[in-house]
Amino acid sequence: MSIAKGLATLAAGAVFGFGLALSGMIRPEVVLSFLQLQDLGLALVMGGGVVVTLLAYKLLPRLLQKPLLGGTFGMHPSDWNRDTLRGAALFGVGWGLTGVCPGPAIAGLGAGNFTLLWAVLGIALGALAQGWMADR
Amino acid sequence: MAVMDILQTPFPLGWQHYLLGGLCVGAGVALLFLFTGRIGGMSSVFSSTWSFALRRPFFQQARLVDSRGWRLAYALGLIGGALAWWLWRGGGVPESTDVPWWLLLVGGFIAGYGARLGHGCTSGHGICGLGSLQWPSALAVLTFMATAFLTANLVTRWIA
Repeated sequence: MSIAKGLATLAAGAVFGFGLALSGMIRPEVVLSFLQLQDLGLALVMGGGVVVTLLAYKLLPRLLQKPLLGGTFGMHPSDWNRDTLRGAALFGVGWGLTGVCPGPAIAGLGAGNFTLLWAVLGIALGALAQGWMADR
Repeated sequence: MAVMDILQTPFPLGWQHYLLGGLCVGAGVALLFLFTGRIGGMSSVFSSTWSFALRRPFFQQARLVDSRGWRLAYALGLIGGALAWWLWRGGGVPESTDVPWWLLLVGGFIAGYGARLGHGCTSGHGICGLGSLQWPSALAVLTFMATAFLTANLVTRWIA
């Protein structure tokens, strides 16, 4: 990975993380208040995020032949099968239990919420178990 | 009653920071795409990072090994961005949560397992998948929203 790409990736992550913090998504209580229908904020966060992403994914490949630092424009791999269904259903259960999903679990650490290390550990172990089972 | 409340006061804490925060999240994903062409979901880093330590075939797949460096950089950026927000608006008080550690561990495990099995989380399917108009991602989002909604409401009944 070139230094320029590394720095651009770091910067993009920082804008993402700043957004997660600003929107309150790094607070599990705010996410749970959405899921318990007390505050619709999360829908605005997701809506805002999707609109910007949609514009970028649609327009950039038309305006540019390749990304500014080289390479090719990728695509989110998306299949619908039993694993996607079961995985998404399980993911929702874990998310609903805690109000914590992968991005905010990581970003929350930057705002000093070190209790979220338990969630980071849990997600990492869950990903480990999934990969381990996939090999069997 | 909750349904009545939410119709009258959909955003008890205000709505601007939600929208601005969401636009920033999208801008982060867009910048990553603009500079590198990469698709910036967040759950893959939890699989790809294991490839540094584990020799098992699953973790040595090219898609994990080849992306493990930038995914870690992206995750590090996430922490830095949240730190910047905290220095600006945190008021010197670290963020905290009342969700107990064991629930974070157990719920995290289920969410991590599910996100990797289903190839995406709230950012992978929710932001990147919907942002590329993929119907499987839309179905995944509907699925995890439904189970999360059910779970969160049952947990309040049982625990609180």
